[in-house]
Amino acid sequence: MLITRVLVLTIALIAVAAAAHAQISDGIVKIGVMNDQSGTYADISGPGSTTAARLAVEDFGAAKKGLKVEIVVADHLNKPDVGSSIARQWYDAEKVDVIVDVPTSSVALAINQITRDKGKAFLVSGAATSDLTGKACSPNTIHWTYDTWALANGTGSAIVKTGGDTWFFLTADYAFGHALERDTEAVVVKNGGKVLGKVRHPFPTADFSSFLLQAQASKAKIIGLANAGADTTNAIKQGAEFGIVKGGQQFAGLLVFISDVHALSLEKANGLVLTEAFYWDLNDKTRAWSKRFAEKQHGAMPTMVQAGVYSAVLHYLKAVEALKSDDGTKVIAKMKEMPTDDPLFGKGVVRADGRKIHPMYLFEVKKPAEAKGPWDYYRVRATIPAEQAFRPLDQGECPLVKK
Amino acid sequence: MTATVKDYVVAPPVSVAAAWPRHQMLAFAVMVALLVIAPFVAYPVFLMKALCFALFACAFNLLIGYVGLLSFGHAAFLGAAGYVSAHSAKVWGLPPELAILAGTATAAGLGLVIGALTIRSRGIYFANITLAFAQMVFFFSVQAKFTGGEDGIQAVPQGRLFGVLDLQQTYTLYFVVLAIFLIGFLIVYRAIHSPFGQVLKAVRENEPRAISLGYRAEHYKLMAFVLSATLSGLAGGTKALVFQLASLTDVHWTMSGEVVLMTLLGGLGTVFGPAVGAFIVIGLEHWLAQLGSWLTIVQGAIFVVCVLTFRRGVVGELSRLLRKPL
Amino acid sequence: MPAGEEISTVFGVPVQALFGQVLIGLINGAFYAMLSLGLSVIFGLLNIINFAHGALYMTGAFAAYFLLQWAGLGYWWSLLLAPIAVGLLGVVLEKTMLKRLYHLDHLYGLLLTFGIALIIQGGFRNEFGSSGLPYAIPSQLTGGYNLDFMFLPTYRAWVVVFSLVVCVGTWVVIERTRLGAYLRAATENPTLVRAFGINVPRMITLTYGFGVALAGLAGVLAAPIYQVNPLMGADLIIVVFAVVVIGGMGSIMGSIVTGFTLGIVEGFTKVFYPEASNTVIFVIMALVLLVRPAGLFGRTA
Repeated sequence: MLITRVLVLTIALIAVAAAAHAQISDGIVKIGVMNDQSGTYADISGPGSTTAARLAVEDFGAAKKGLKVEIVVADHLNKPDVGSSIARQWYDAEKVDVIVDVPTSSVALAINQITRDKGKAFLVSGAATSDLTGKACSPNTIHWTYDTWALANGTGSAIVKTGGDTWFFLTADYAFGHALERDTEAVVVKNGGKVLGKVRHPFPTADFSSFLLQAQASKAKIIGLANAGADTTNAIKQGAEFGIVKGGQQFAGLLVFISDVHALSLEKANGLVLTEAFYWDLNDKTRAWSKRFAEKQHGAMPTMVQAGVYSAVLHYLKAVEALKSDDGTKVIAKMKEMPTDDPLFGKGVVRADGRKIHPMYLFEVKKPAEAKGPWDYYRVRATIPAEQAFRPLDQGECPLVKK
Repeated sequence: MTATVKDYVVAPPVSVAAAWPRHQMLAFAVMVALLVIAPFVAYPVFLMKALCFALFACAFNLLIGYVGLLSFGHAAFLGAAGYVSAHSAKVWGLPPELAILAGTATAAGLGLVIGALTIRSRGIYFANITLAFAQMVFFFSVQAKFTGGEDGIQAVPQGRLFGVLDLQQTYTLYFVVLAIFLIGFLIVYRAIHSPFGQVLKAVRENEPRAISLGYRAEHYKLMAFVLSATLSGLAGGTKALVFQLASLTDVHWTMSGEVVLMTLLGGLGTVFGPAVGAFIVIGLEHWLAQLGSWLTIVQGAIFVVCVLTFRRGVVGELSRLLRKPL
Repeated sequence: MPAGEEISTVFGVPVQALFGQVLIGLINGAFYAMLSLGLSVIFGLLNIINFAHGALYMTGAFAAYFLLQWAGLGYWWSLLLAPIAVGLLGVVLEKTMLKRLYHLDHLYGLLLTFGIALIIQGGFRNEFGSSGLPYAIPSQLTGGYNLDFMFLPTYRAWVVVFSLVVCVGTWVVIERTRLGAYLRAATENPTLVRAFGINVPRMITLTYGFGVALAGLAGVLAAPIYQVNPLMGADLIIVVFAVVVIGGMGSIMGSIVTGFTLGIVEGFTKVFYPEASNTVIFVIMALVLLVRPAGLFGRTA
């Protein structure tokens, strides 16, 4: 009987000990970087975001200012249940003060809610859903880098204005894909374009040949890719195989990052039109910072998500210093009060609905012959000024915005 | 002679009488004692997750351990119940006890339909056809508006159980979940150690003979399937309320694989095995969360080691050591 | 089309467009056929349910990638060497682990290979992330043919032709040659066959190696058109299983026919109800199993 007891106890204790992570940390500003470390969005955010956060802490000079800052990292596997478990654990047991990054809109929405319930802070760089500053807006959340509205607006209107007025959508069949398609369609139609057809493919899909055939048959000038990650790169790669671009049609990537272009190579991706908030080669300041980043990341240039993490953490620490407190709700309010200024996005502001404002850029992917060096991928086609790049404050249905 | 899954199942005791064998009563008491103290020592949310999965594994074990059928589609019951419970709590405003019941009832209904169609199959065909139906449930979950697609149903309200117990208090919620687990556990135990369980055992050992004795084997198997589905649904509905979230993860086929892992590791056909297996697997997931893909590798390694050298599982080996069924 | 002439349509889709979809479906079916062929050979001859098949398909694609990156050996070399490498891996797996399970229930083989698949996939993901690695279409196979109803990439045409050859070739070897006869006899009555002086364990090992080499070969074929990434086999494996089960476990002809047919059915689904194209196979499997529990061409256990 004793042996039974002891053995059962031991087994139970092993499992229990796995959960006893409680680390008390008052007097320390604890930053939690949560993203996809090993999955389909690992190159967009992943370990690069951790590096960006560390650079921000370094540049802020936390040590000299006597502020103790700690960074913890977790992988949410792109699943809302994993993300919420980690967030709860972090907030309840490990005294994390702010969570940053979080690509994958479904996870971001879950963490948005938990952060609000617990009065902490949430700085979203990775996720795209414009609901974070709309229906789901919260006094504890700032949406930093980009959102579906900005992408749809940038890519959609800019393309229509330059002659791409007939569209065919290739949409990933999940909530995010539908939202992206809906927002872009609205912009296209508003600017006088026409949508000739759309097809919804399962998420994820490996083989796009059938859908590309339908896109070709529609004879639309622009094939809008309302999907992300591997779906986008697969569609583009196979599009090259089926001669889409040679046949006179053009792809519009509605959510494409420089890491995707890198994975595709210029041979396949040239001609692609996309909107991003940051590019390493924009000016001297971005070049200098990106060089530092690349040194720590095996030569990979930063994506806009990673740049956004740097910018957000920097501003957060400035607000904590000014406020002398890391209370979530108060710090977010302070961040909205203080204008932002960093070498990556320049001067900007955080609005009442939690939306950070900065210019967006319409890029076109260069041909292989035009590239003068590694990662020389983009040509700037247009700059969208900050005031026009994001959804107007009164259109978002955010309860925090006073009418 | 080909050995089958049932040869590695530790047979329940001969006596079916109301009294529990002493060692099992003791093990049960220890388990309850540990689970009562646990939330004061460890992070309660983690424990609640483990308890929900422990219930799921116990329900799954009923089918594989005692009927000998490997279902590769049990996630359908866990997930479907989760969605219905979440939706009824959030959108219909049902109090938690009715929300969980709604989820459980959904799983029972689903279990009846799927069970009726699949119970005639056996072995790998049964595994495949249950997988096929689970994939259809997954597809439905992706397409249906109310499930919210990959966002899932979020911000599910926890409310007050029976209008009295405030489930937003962590400890209250924990003990409610513990109670639900223990109820489910006892239902499984009672089902096994009963005339019904004896018939199941007979069917598993020698189906043609059981039929020749006048038992309608398929009806018994179906009943066991529905019971297994129902209790999986209870686990799913409870989980949705604990985490205030119902998502696609719970209907994905890899979730079906996970419950197989938990039951195999704990011990197929043992009473306490699945619960122990669930705690170990959830604990591992927790520990290895930082290490990304290593978790998958470790899970794979556990499968391999268990199948090659550890087929009886933790509790199975333990009970062999003690020479008493656990 | 001259003005005024009606375009014939089927449910609102022009017939010409449908031809294109059928052809695409045939191409996808070729992959399913080759993968399920390997699975079928392994199950039919060895009674092992090889859940690691998807992971080994992925390993074949990675092997092609490595051969190019590290040894500068291109596609045509990979077609030969990558399957051999994967086959060798299979031989090792069989000798060290699978051998011990032959006397047990099939389901343990399923669980073991499921575990192996997790290990292989996790290992590759750890090293290479999930973004996918590029692999170019070999220069001899780029470009395409401008058929009236669609532009057919040369590479895709090559995939169909090559797969057909491999599938038919394998079927011939197993059903019509002496070696195949030995193999089939060895699984039905190993003792007797051994008494004839044939090394049965070695045959079994080589058969497993051959089966997974087929998966590796499919991986090489896939590398230029799908992204070479660690999870490329993960969701594919349950579809391939469905194909084998529908065709009838153990029937090689069944797998080949079902593989190609399924590709075409999926192609139609992508036109009329694209969201369901991943799920239609499971609906078919459920229907087939309800009507013919051993599959279309299967022999009852």
